[in-house]
Amino acid sequence: MNTQPYLLEMSNISKQFPGVKALDQVTLKVRAGTVHALMGENGAGKSTLMKCLFGIYQPDEGDIVLQGQKVSILDSKDALKLGISMIHQELHPVPHRNVMENIWLGRFPMKGLGPFKIVDEKKMLQDTERLMADLGMNIAPLVRVGSLSVSKIQSLEIAKAVSFQSKIIVMDEPTSSLTGNEVEQLFTIIEQLKQRGVAIIYISHKMEEILRISDDVTIMRDGRLIGTWPADEMTTDLIISRMVGRDLTERFPERSNVPGEVILRAEGLTSPLPKSFQHVSFELRRGEILGVGGLVGAQRTELIEALFGLRSVQSGTLSIHGKPVRIRSPFDAKKHRIALLTEDRRVTGIFPVLSVMENTVIANQAKYAAPYGLLNDKKRRADVTRSIEMLRVKTPSMRTLIQNLSGGNQQKVLLARWLLTDPEILLLDEPTRGIDVGAKYEIYSIIAELAQQGKSIIMISSEMPELLGMSDRIMVMCEGRCSGIIDGKQATEEEIMRLAAQHAAH
Amino acid sequence: MTRIKNAQQFMSQNAIYIVLLLLVVCIAFWDPRFLSVTTIRDIFLQSSTRAIIALGAAFILITGGVDLSAGRVVGLTAVLSASMLQLSEYPRKFFPDLQQLPLWVPVILAIAAGLIVGLMNGFIVSKFSVPPFIATLGTMVAVYGLNSIYFDMEPNQSQPIGGLREDFSRLGTGYIGPSGPYSVPYIVIIAIAVALLVWLVFNKTRLGKNMYAIGGNIQAAKVSGINVSRNLIAIYAIAGALYGLAGVLEAARTGGATNNYGNMYELDAIAACVVGGVSTSGGIGTVPGIMAGVLIFGVINYGLTFIGVNPYWQLIIKGLIIVSAVAFDMRKYVAKK
Repeated sequence: MNTQPYLLEMSNISKQFPGVKALDQVTLKVRAGTVHALMGENGAGKSTLMKCLFGIYQPDEGDIVLQGQKVSILDSKDALKLGISMIHQELHPVPHRNVMENIWLGRFPMKGLGPFKIVDEKKMLQDTERLMADLGMNIAPLVRVGSLSVSKIQSLEIAKAVSFQSKIIVMDEPTSSLTGNEVEQLFTIIEQLKQRGVAIIYISHKMEEILRISDDVTIMRDGRLIGTWPADEMTTDLIISRMVGRDLTERFPERSNVPGEVILRAEGLTSPLPKSFQHVSFELRRGEILGVGGLVGAQRTELIEALFGLRSVQSGTLSIHGKPVRIRSPFDAKKHRIALLTEDRRVTGIFPVLSVMENTVIANQAKYAAPYGLLNDKKRRADVTRSIEMLRVKTPSMRTLIQNLSGGNQQKVLLARWLLTDPEILLLDEPTRGIDVGAKYEIYSIIAELAQQGKSIIMISSEMPELLGMSDRIMVMCEGRCSGIIDGKQATEEEIMRLAAQHAAH
Repeated sequence: MTRIKNAQQFMSQNAIYIVLLLLVVCIAFWDPRFLSVTTIRDIFLQSSTRAIIALGAAFILITGGVDLSAGRVVGLTAVLSASMLQLSEYPRKFFPDLQQLPLWVPVILAIAAGLIVGLMNGFIVSKFSVPPFIATLGTMVAVYGLNSIYFDMEPNQSQPIGGLREDFSRLGTGYIGPSGPYSVPYIVIIAIAVALLVWLVFNKTRLGKNMYAIGGNIQAAKVSGINVSRNLIAIYAIAGALYGLAGVLEAARTGGATNNYGNMYELDAIAACVVGGVSTSGGIGTVPGIMAGVLIFGVINYGLTFIGVNPYWQLIIKGLIIVSAVAFDMRKYVAKK
């Protein structure tokens, strides 16, 4: 049990936005040299609380006390000066500049006299090298940031935080785009930071990680504090029930789908890119949920994008209902009744500035043709109304811009978009990514129901429990190859991990 | 409390119309004679061709692009149509031996020329992934060159084209109804008809929906199975045809044409669009908004001259309005975060 004094005390913080009380008397106390997990469903107020800490929002009520001193943080500059850094879920480096310039951006070391100062490149290089050595990071200071992997960029952001002499580092979903190995590296760095007495506020949805690395766990719900507990007294189920406010006896719905005849058969699918998918063969049955597991970088997304005509295939054959097909564009895919829910909702899914209605019907426009090249508005509206009801989309109206809905509801709209095209095969790429626990269950129920109706589903997931809980069979990929297809009921996490890391091991 | 909020919401959602109204009220306060049927008629008359160009430019802006070639296309089609529609007895004819063509032939040819430039723009943008700014910058320069060569041909040798046929001039200066302030000019009717058609395309057709989708998120549009390049080419072509129509009307209205017609009209069109709430990052824009944007500039041009504001000051005021309108509009989005 850690008995360090509190480094940071945020007490009774409240923040009101038009129409919602985003934070209601929330208290968060963090000790030096610990990892403090902050948990809650999306919309629970975690980000708002952190934005108050980082000066992006001003709390309406409450005090922030840092090392016994009451502070007021007016903007992120103040926060950095006080030793508070934040590593955002989406990283925003300057891609065309090199590593050291990204680290010292806005505070380059200068040399020269009076007004004739120039940037001291040499000192900057030395400082950067020292910083990297201190943290045991292996990133060359002169490499262009755009050429680094996501995990390296994240390490870079951490190094930057350390270079500010930060005492508190907030990490928002830091592992969401990291591979297993990279996660381990991150944890090693976190361990080092702890040794230096840095406090880390760690926001994540991944229970296994939280239980492994955190010292304390604070749970929020609906803008209120539920409580803070030592991590070793917590279990996954306990955390979930406190986050959701009810006992989650079932994380996955009961499924009664029965896989039928083979609908889609892929044989030896190979990408023209040598590092992408190679010789992948599998079949998909009617009413089946085929899970696809693997580490990040296993080329799962690339494979299903190729099935959808977004990427090219060099060799191998694909047949639907026993007939060979070539799918060169999403347009072709639609003709063969294939639908794709992409991994990144914001980048390739939603049209943020368009309404829920337009977002729902956009892939299905051919069905609303009316005379004179016009569209049948009545039919469009009827379809949208039906979809909203069927998928229980929570939206004030169908005219609301989709960007104002929560992630879970956006995802439901995207599902509705594809269901309207009446697909036979649904490709779902991380369908519950960034969605809170309650909405996840709803998405699972929808997927189970679709399979029950006889739709064939391929579902990529990086969450082990989801893969095990939802799949009839699981195909595991590793470095572009299919390393095994196993039965969903008998599969274990260990087996999947072993297959996923098969090639990486040697 | 909610009433205040509703009022605020109403204000920010209808800001353009309120600005337009305020402008009229201010100018009328300065000089009450401004409020007359003649004024309204003249402002509509002067805004007509500009409205057609702005509607064309809006197609491109909503896809997230920009079209710099608009003004030069107007020049090209003005010269093309005028060169083929001169009086047979006019001494300095562009084509001395040209027979009297039916009016619609040169008109259609000119519009087709605009459409072809638009097709090229769309093709360059979608097939070669050249950013619209650069692609249309290229066609803008090249079209001017082409037009100047045509304009410089023997025997015209860069003389302004005049002596237009009466049936052609009437297209630009004719009207229906009684003569005087209550007459309704043909070109106002044409502009309104074009606006209605464009409204229909924007709101009721697949092309319109696809246009908003491409501008809203081009990646998502591709994934949704929209043929992005085919739609873009169609959209640029329609815009080009609208500039073509505007060029024809501009020649008819002014009774002549030179190769410098339409110079910088694209900037006026873009200004009217953004003031009218069209987002330069794409996906947002309405026909009533664009019309209000065009009218705001119409009222400024006419009204400020009416009350005797120095033309250079007028430019400064216009510049301020462009920037502040967009700044105000951005606030709407920034505040949401």
